[in-house]
Order: sequence, then C-alpha cells, then structure tokens
Amino acid sequence: MKSDIILAGVGGQGILSIATILGAAALADNLYLKQAEVHGMSQRGGDVMSCLRLSSSPISSDLIPQGKADMIVSLEPMEALRYIQWLRPEGWIVTNTTPFVNIPNYPEQEGIADALSARARTVAFDMDTVAKEVATVRASNMVLLGAAAPFIGIPQEKIEDGIRTVFMPKGEKIVECNLAAFRAGVARSRSDEK
Amino acid sequence: MSTRKLLLGDEALALGAINAGLSGAYAYPGTPSTEILEYVQSNDVARERKIHSHWSSNEKTALEEALGMSFCGKRSMVSMKHVGLNVAADPFVNSAMTGANGGMLVISADDPSMHSSQNEQDSRFYADFAIMPLLEPSTQQEAYDMASYGFALSERLKVPVMVRMVTRLAHSRSVVEVDDNAAPENGLHYPENPRQWVLMPGNSRVRYRQLLEDRKLMEDEAARSPFNSLTPGTDRRIGILVSGIAANYVNECFGEGCPFPMLKISQYPLPVSPVAGLADACDQIFVVEEGQPVIEKALRGVLDRGVKVRGKLDGILPLTGELTPDSIAAGLAKLVPDMAYELLTEAPEASQIVVPRPPALCQGCGHRDVYAALNAALEATPSAKVFGDIGCYTLGWLAPFNAIDTCVDMGASITMAKGAADAGVRPAVAIIGDSTFTHSGMTGLLDAINENTPVTVIISDNLTTGMTGGQDSQGTGKLEEICIGLGADPAHVRTIDSLPKNFEEMKALFSEEFAYEGVSVIVPRRECIQTARRHAKGKKQ
Repeated sequence: MKSDIILAGVGGQGILSIATILGAAALADNLYLKQAEVHGMSQRGGDVMSCLRLSSSPISSDLIPQGKADMIVSLEPMEALRYIQWLRPEGWIVTNTTPFVNIPNYPEQEGIADALSARARTVAFDMDTVAKEVATVRASNMVLLGAAAPFIGIPQEKIEDGIRTVFMPKGEKIVECNLAAFRAGVARSRSDEK
Repeated sequence: MSTRKLLLGDEALALGAINAGLSGAYAYPGTPSTEILEYVQSNDVARERKIHSHWSSNEKTALEEALGMSFCGKRSMVSMKHVGLNVAADPFVNSAMTGANGGMLVISADDPSMHSSQNEQDSRFYADFAIMPLLEPSTQQEAYDMASYGFALSERLKVPVMVRMVTRLAHSRSVVEVDDNAAPENGLHYPENPRQWVLMPGNSRVRYRQLLEDRKLMEDEAARSPFNSLTPGTDRRIGILVSGIAANYVNECFGEGCPFPMLKISQYPLPVSPVAGLADACDQIFVVEEGQPVIEKALRGVLDRGVKVRGKLDGILPLTGELTPDSIAAGLAKLVPDMAYELLTEAPEASQIVVPRPPALCQGCGHRDVYAALNAALEATPSAKVFGDIGCYTLGWLAPFNAIDTCVDMGASITMAKGAADAGVRPAVAIIGDSTFTHSGMTGLLDAINENTPVTVIISDNLTTGMTGGQDSQGTGKLEEICIGLGADPAHVRTIDSLPKNFEEMKALFSEEFAYEGVSVIVPRRECIQTARRHAKGKKQ
C-alpha cells in the first residue's frame, strides 16, 4: 500500500486536523508515515500545504516529488489547483468548492470550476453545506476527509477510530458530530463516483 | 522497552532529551524551533521531574542559562531558530571556550526557503567557527536518538554539541521508536578544570590551544559515528556526499536503490578519511546538502584544483531555497544523462488561474487597529519614517496598510528609528511587539532615553508571542514599568486599548506624541485574537 496525499487549504481552515487523524489511523494500522507541514507566518490566512505519505514499506522523503502524488485533498477550490504539478496523471482531486476569498484578486469562480471539471478524477462539491446539514459548518474538514476516504487505502473503520482518538478529549458530542460529517462525506463521494 | 509514537522532528528531539536525563530546557520561540520547548512543557515526565521549561527573554539569555546548568554538571539544552543563534552568538562561541560539564545541546533550526524567516543562513558555519561537534539528523528517529548520543558526546569531549535542524525535519511527523523509561538526571558536580570557565586572556590562551587539539578528537568521533555511513555502489561515475535530510531525497530519486556509492554525513567536523575514500573511488563527488554549500566549499577549497566536485557552486543544484527530490533528480540527470529517463518524472503544467495568497493579519487583530490609526495620523506628516520589527505586525508592510519602511532583526525598529532621528527625520516611529520589545528592544530604548532622542516607540501589546503560536511573553503586565524604569518620562508613556471604537483617540494620541521632541512610548494593548479564542474555549469547557 502506498498513498501520497497533498493536503491543501488556507491557514486556519483545519487541514492539519485531517493530517492528525490520518496519522493516528496509520499508526494504528502499522503503516509507515511521513507528514510535512509548515508553521509560522503562512498560517496567518496564507496558502498552506502539507505532504502526507502513507506506505506499507519505509518512506524516504518527507516531500512528495512532482508528478507523483496520488491525491490532492483541499478545503478550498483554488488551493486544490495550486498543487496540480504534484499530481500524477491518474491521481484524484477531492476538494471543497466553497471559495475562501481573502484576497482582492481572487479569480473568477467559473474558471476554477472549469479547471477542476476538466479532469476526470475529481470529486468536488460544496462541503460547507453538507457539513451544515449534518453537523456544523466547522466540520467541513471532516466532510472532506470522508469524501477522500474511499481513495486513501486505509479502511474506513480505522479512519473513524482516528477521529474518535483525536476528538475524544473534546467530548462524545464533538466526536459524534465529526463522525456524522465524515460519513456524509463518504456517502456523497461514493454517489458522485458512480 | 519501547513504544511507537508519531512525532514531529522537534518533538522527537525534545523527547529524546527528556529520556536521556535532561534537567533544563531553555529557549525563545522561533519558527521552526518552537515545538521543542513546547513539547518539554507538555510532557508528563518533564513536569513530574520539574525539568526547567520556562521561556527565556531571548536566545542569548537562554543559552547562558543552559550553560549555567551545564557548569553544575546537569544535562541542559537550548533551542532557537537560526537567526536566534546570531543573538546568542557571543555565549555560543564562548561556550566552546569554557566547554561543557554536564552534557549540553545547542539546537539551531535553520529555515531554508525562508518559510518564516528573513534569511537562509546555515548554522553549520557557526559550529565550525566555534569548534564544536555538530549533529544533523536526517530522520525523526535520528533526532530522537541523537539527543542521548549528543549528551554523551558532550560529556565525553567536555564541550557543548550543536544539533542542526531544518524546517522539513522540524515540522515533519513520522513514527519514532521511543524508550518507555527516562534515564536518571545527573547530580550536581562541578568542572574538573575550573580555570577554563574564567575566560580571562591568560586562561583563554591555554584553553584555546586545548580546544584546537580537541578538534582532532571531535573529528575522530565523527569518523566512527554511527550516524555517518557509507552505502556502497557499483557505478563509480559519481560518489554522492550527502548530509542530513538531503539523504532522504537522494534515496527517493532511486526507488530500486542508489547505484552510486553514497557517504551520508550527519556528524561533524567533516571527517576527512571517509571523504577521501569516496573521492579516491569515484570520478567526481556530488555534494548534496540542505542549506548553504558548507561541505562543498570545504572540499573545493579556494583553488578548486583537486578532486572534481559538483553541487551548488557550479549550478548542478540551486543555490537558494530548500532542496526537493525534484531538484536533486534534475541535478543527477545533468551528471548522468543516460539515467535521465528513470530519474525525471513528467509533471503536469502549473495552473495559470491560481494567484498568490499572502498571509495577512487576522480579522479582529489589534495590530490592524494600530495600523489604521497610525496611517491616519501619518497623513499629516508625510516626512515620517516607520521602522518595523519581527512579528505578526511585520504583515503591516503588505496591503492594505503598507505602513512600515523596514524590517531587519529583533529589536531593530527602535534603534533604527533612533539612527533616523539622529539623521534628522521627524517623526521617527518604531513599531514593535511586546515580546520582541523584551527580547531586544529594551536596550535600544535606553540608548534613545539617554540622549532624549525624538522617537515615538509604539509597543503593540497583544499579551503574547503571536507569530509562533501564542507563547508567554516576558513583559506581560509590566511594559510601562519597564519603560519608566529605563528612564522614559511617565508623561510620555501612554496606554490605549487598540479597539476600533478608539480609532480617533488613538490617532490623536499618535499625532500628539509625534510632535514631542523626546522619547515617547505608546502601548496600544489588546489580547491576540488567537489566544483570546483559546482562553474563551478553555473557560467554556
């Protein structure tokens, strides 16, 4: 098993929680893992990216080479496209379509939607709305994780265990809320795929 | 017994130190080193043992505090970002002169690519210059293992040991095998040779000769280090000399194993014998190192007429920015063109629609209100110059504020404003954060006070060290007292809440103090929005 994932978003959106959950799941699944992230200045509303590498055999580099990523998982549509050079031709893009507009020159949303739909292997939907329906909008990162889950190569139950491990300190209610968002993401992704 | 744990490189190093009998950790926050001390603060064993883990005022005080603990025979470590080592350079270089008694680690975290820094300086130069052994972990596991190894090395050689981290290891997580039990701490015991701890010229001359002698021992240790290893290869067209995390990238380039002999260096001083062995066996040496070309320069020398050396200085690898598997694959493809096909991967074109998304001050941040009022006050005085400093508020240079003219190093706002005022600029304005002020701003303020230089110093107080994630700030609750204690006129030490509703009042306050021909200190104050949210959450639970 080998899964090289680029996690993308805007500083503060919560991509690092996704990385933490997959980390816990991978550790429990006895997988090798490397996850590189950047702290500091970029976290203040700038673009943030994390390389997450999972494998059943040892991993050398903390960074994913260009053209080799299996998946881009993004909380923001333009941020998904920022790392397209890293994606292998048959790789998947799984992204939220709700734009995070904190710059004056944010591109036309149609152009971004076109670029995303030009690729066959793309799962893109409004994850904020799905999160709101089943939990709260703040759980949109768990909807994203759910939408990506079918392509990651870790059993869904193991990821759910990871969610429990990470959110347990915050209470049962928060755990259930995040699990609901995660499962809604999985369901939507499976139906889109068909 | 051991356990598998998922740890950042920074955390692995901190846990390794705790499990090796650490007694005190000292630091000033700085990306990418901050998580080292934070890990010690949150670790149960460290809490139980009351291992020191309070933040220091700056890197110099932190390093001296760690050296004081080492003098008493206990194991200490000090951590900082690379530019922090400049601040601590005086005690750093002189700690090689005094030597260490209890094991001492000096951790400097470099930031190639300048993700969150003002330069790309390479800490390895410092270790060479001071004559200190240096460890450069390539994996999180090595970071963990090197803490214990480094303490033992430091006690064996009686000198502090530097550990060089880089962003991609400091902030990358992996599974690490860690010991279940922590070794006991050292008891108090004092140096066998007390003279060398008093660096008066007579003692220093004796000690320096010894240190130069000891360099040979340091190199012998490096030559047989378990962290320096030669992997044989059958293709002798190049020998790869790789250091630290660059080894991972080289391995990434060869899925089936590297066909070239590869010497990995993770302990310095650079041991001559294995390097000579590699040079003798191969047609040329390809040096792959993260950061500046430290090893490559040493190999080339000034004449560069010996062994054929390839690397950053001849353009095979880029001279700036961090290394990536891609840049190394491209370099290798230049050296062995017949392997280009297997080395290079065709990557998709970059998207043309994507625009940059620079970082910005948070919505609801008090620095925003300070800049809004400052800009409004400055409209009346276009001759003003505003000297900025290091912190979140450096983002005030960007749109929409475009409010500062300079940002150089910690504390430089006040001293550069003073220099500008001396040159005749009116008003000369400094803007500095609370933590940066106590780090390196206070002494500059004293200079201005002693000459009553007409400067307006704005200490934008958010009650924390914000940019690095909200660590305790050493001046919280006493900034005005500090300024008045240094001799500032209390009538010109003024405080205001940096809130949108106080815009007019803050603007008027700035204008009044701009007109004053002496030292003014204005302290706009409001808790960092990030730490305020965390505090509010903490109360709810």
